[in-house]
Amino acid sequence: MQEKNKEQQVLIDGSRLIIESMARAGADAFIGYPITPANLLYAYGSQRMSIMLPAPDEITTLQWMSGLAVTGKIPITATSFPGFALMVETINMAYMMELPMVIILVQRLGPATGTATCGAQGDLLLLKGMMSGGHPLPVLATSNFEDCWKLSEKAVNMAVELRTPVVLLTSKEEVMTQKSFNMGLLDDIKPVERKFYNKDCDYKPYGAEGLVPDFLPVTQNKHQVRINASTHDQRGILQHSSDEALNNTRRLENKVNESVKDYNYYEHDHQEGAQDLVISYGISSAAAIDAVDRMRKQGRKISLLIPKTLIPTPVEYKKIIKKYSKTVIAEENINNQLGQLLFGVERPENIRFVEGLGKMITPEEILKEVEK
Amino acid sequence: MSTQFLNTSSLPYCKGCGHDMIAKHSTKAMESLGLSALDVVMITDIGCHGIIDKCLNTHTVHGLHGRSPALGAGISFGIENPDKKVVVFIGDGGATIGLQHIMEAARLNLNMTIVLHNNMLYGMTGGQTSGLTPKGFATTTSYDGNPLSGYDICALAHTAGAAHVSRVLGVGDISEKFVNAFKTDGFSLIEVIEICPSYGVKLNPKRKLTEIVESSGREIGEWTNQRPAYKFTQTQKTNDLLSKVSTIKADFKHNLKEPLSVVLSGSAGEGVQLAAAMLSKAAMRSGLDVTQKGSYPVTVGVGFSTAELNLSPEKINFHGINIPDVAIITSTDGLNHNKKRIGHMQKGVLYIDSSLEVPDTGAEVIKYDFRSLGAKNAALASIVLFAVKSQIINHESIFKTIEEEAAGKKLPVDKIKKTLGI
Repeated sequence: MQEKNKEQQVLIDGSRLIIESMARAGADAFIGYPITPANLLYAYGSQRMSIMLPAPDEITTLQWMSGLAVTGKIPITATSFPGFALMVETINMAYMMELPMVIILVQRLGPATGTATCGAQGDLLLLKGMMSGGHPLPVLATSNFEDCWKLSEKAVNMAVELRTPVVLLTSKEEVMTQKSFNMGLLDDIKPVERKFYNKDCDYKPYGAEGLVPDFLPVTQNKHQVRINASTHDQRGILQHSSDEALNNTRRLENKVNESVKDYNYYEHDHQEGAQDLVISYGISSAAAIDAVDRMRKQGRKISLLIPKTLIPTPVEYKKIIKKYSKTVIAEENINNQLGQLLFGVERPENIRFVEGLGKMITPEEILKEVEK
Repeated sequence: MSTQFLNTSSLPYCKGCGHDMIAKHSTKAMESLGLSALDVVMITDIGCHGIIDKCLNTHTVHGLHGRSPALGAGISFGIENPDKKVVVFIGDGGATIGLQHIMEAARLNLNMTIVLHNNMLYGMTGGQTSGLTPKGFATTTSYDGNPLSGYDICALAHTAGAAHVSRVLGVGDISEKFVNAFKTDGFSLIEVIEICPSYGVKLNPKRKLTEIVESSGREIGEWTNQRPAYKFTQTQKTNDLLSKVSTIKADFKHNLKEPLSVVLSGSAGEGVQLAAAMLSKAAMRSGLDVTQKGSYPVTVGVGFSTAELNLSPEKINFHGINIPDVAIITSTDGLNHNKKRIGHMQKGVLYIDSSLEVPDTGAEVIKYDFRSLGAKNAALASIVLFAVKSQIINHESIFKTIEEEAAGKKLPVDKIKKTLGI
C-alpha cells in the first residue's frame, strides 16, 4: 500500500478529476446537454471552463464544438450512449476536418435508453466501428482516479497533437462514486502547447509534411483557411476521388495508427512464473486487481493487464497475451467486446471471458473463472 | 473576371440558377461594406450552394447537410473579434433538416448571417420536395404539386428572435438586401426565393416567382427585432475544482480490521445522502479508506434514498456491494428497496427503525426509534447509533465532521446526543 499524505486526503468523484485535469491541460470550452450518468461532468464543466454553452441537443453540441475548434478553442463534452448516438455524425465530420476535441463517454446499460443509472461496458465495439471507412477514432479508457487525472490530460494532448476528436471512455460507477483519495499523488499538468502554422508561404490546411498538418484558426487574417468534411485535397478543396484527396484520406488512417506508439497506455503487472493472465479495463479492472491480489495471497502465480489505450489497439496486448497459457478477460457486457477487438468473433480456447450485465463484475467471478 | 471575394466569374452552376446570382451579389455586398476576404468565414454545407467554396477567397468551412447554421454558431461563439463576419450558406433542404439550428442561432441572436438559397426543392439529389416547398409547387416527388404547406422560415426566425430577417426574390441586383443583412448587429437571415432551372422550371412551366410567393401566402419584406446581439462572454474562470474540496485529516482512530460494507437507506428528503457523507468523512477522519455512492429513483424527490458505503483499513479497489455487512434502515421506502438483500444477509448487523417490521434475515437486529427525532433527522441519528454500537469509529468523529462540513445546515447534534445518551 502506498504511503499516504494524510493532509491531502479528500472525498472526491472521478468527474471532478477529469474536468479539472482537462481544464489544466488546455481545454477551454464545455458544451453540455444533460444526460445521466454524465451530469456531474456537465456541472463541473460549467463551473470550470471559460466558455460553457448549453446546447439544445447532442447534434448541436458537437457542431458547436467543431465551430469552436475551427476558431482555435479546445472544446470538450460529456455524454452517454443515447446522446453519443446523435454525435456520431459530427464526430465523423470533425475527424475528417481534423479538429481537436474530447468526448467523455460515460457508459450505461443499453441498448437504446436502457437503464440510465446502471453502469456498463457495452460501447467499445460501437467506437471501433463508428467511423465510415473503418478509420480508427482514438479511445482511452480510465480505470481508476489516477487515470481520471492522467488520461484526461493525455486525451487533450492527443486531440491537439493529432488534430482529432478523442473519446475518453468511462462508466457510471467511475464518475459518480465518491472515494477517499490522496490528492497529494497528483502530478502537475501543463497546458498543451499549440503550434499554429507560422510560415509566410501559402498555408495548406491538410498539407502535412509528416502525418499531422499544421493547424491555423480562422480568427487570423494572414492565410486563407479551408476546412472541409467532404473528400478534399491538401488545400481543403472538395474533390471526387483525386489521388491527392484519396492520399489525404489514407493519411487520416495512418495518422492515428502510426501515432499510437506515443499514446500507448496500459499497466502490465507481471508475476514471474505466472501462466495465467487476467485482463480488464475500465470499471471492471478494480475487481480484477482485487481478484489477482487474493490469488497471489493464496499462493497462485498470476499476472494482470489493464489496457487503457483501446483504439487503436496497441500490438503489445497480443504480445503480452502470448506469454501466458490462459487469459481471462473481464468486462461488463455479454459479448466480450475487448476479446472481439483483439481476436475477432472466434476467440481462441485459452481466452476466457467473465461477463457482466446490469451489475458490476465481482472479484469472486474472476477468481472462479481463473481457477476453472 | 475574379473579384476580391471570388477567384473566378465562372461559377459552377447551371445556366439560370439563382445560386450564381446569390454568390455574386452577396460578395459584392461584402466588398461594399469594406470587408476584406479573410474578414469573412463562409460556412457551407451539402447542396448545390455548397460547391461555391472553391471559388471563394474567404475562409471556408464545408460541413454536413443542414448543420451549417450550428457549425457557424460554434464559430461565432469562438470569434472574439467583432469585425469578423460569419456567413452561412444553406439551401431549403438544409434549412429543413437543420431548422432547429437556425432557430437556436436566432434565439441567441448570434453574430452571423444565414443566406438561404430557397429554390423550393432538393436540387442536388434530383428535385425532391423539401420542408420549404410551397403548397402546389411541383417537384419530382410530387408531380401534381406539393399537397403540403411549407414552413414560413422568415416568420419562424423572426419569432425566435432574429435581429433581422428578409425575404427577397432572386431577381435583379439584390446586393443592397445583403448589405442590410450583413450589417446587422446580431443574427440575420435572408431568404432568397429562386427557381431551380433543372427541376423547378421544367416541372412548373409558366409559373413566375412573384406568383408562387403570393399564392403560398408569403410576403416579400424585412422584419426586425430590437434585441441586443450575443456578446462574447468568455471569462477567465479560475475555479480550481480541487481547491473547493476540503481535505480531511485523520485525527481519530478506528477499530476496523477488515473491509466493511454498509447500506444506509431511507426516504427521499430525509437527509440520507448527507448522513452518508458525514459517515464517510468521519471514517476518513478515522484513517479509513472509503467509497460512497447514492441510489434513488429518477424522480429524486420521492421514494427511497439509498447510500452504499465501503469502509476499509486498506486501499479499496472494487466498490460494489451485493450483500452488505451492515444495513441501516430508517423508513418503509428504505426497507422496501433493500428487503431482498437484507434477506440474504447470513451475518452482520441490521439497524432498523422500530416502527418497521423486521424482515427475515440472518443478521443481528438492532431496533431503535430513529424517527422519534424527526423524519429528517432519522438517517443522521442512525449513523451515530451505528458508530456507538459498532465502535468501529468514534462517534465524536461524526460530530466533528458535522461541525466542520455542515455547520450551516443546523443539524440537531445536541438532540441526537441527548436522545442516544452520549
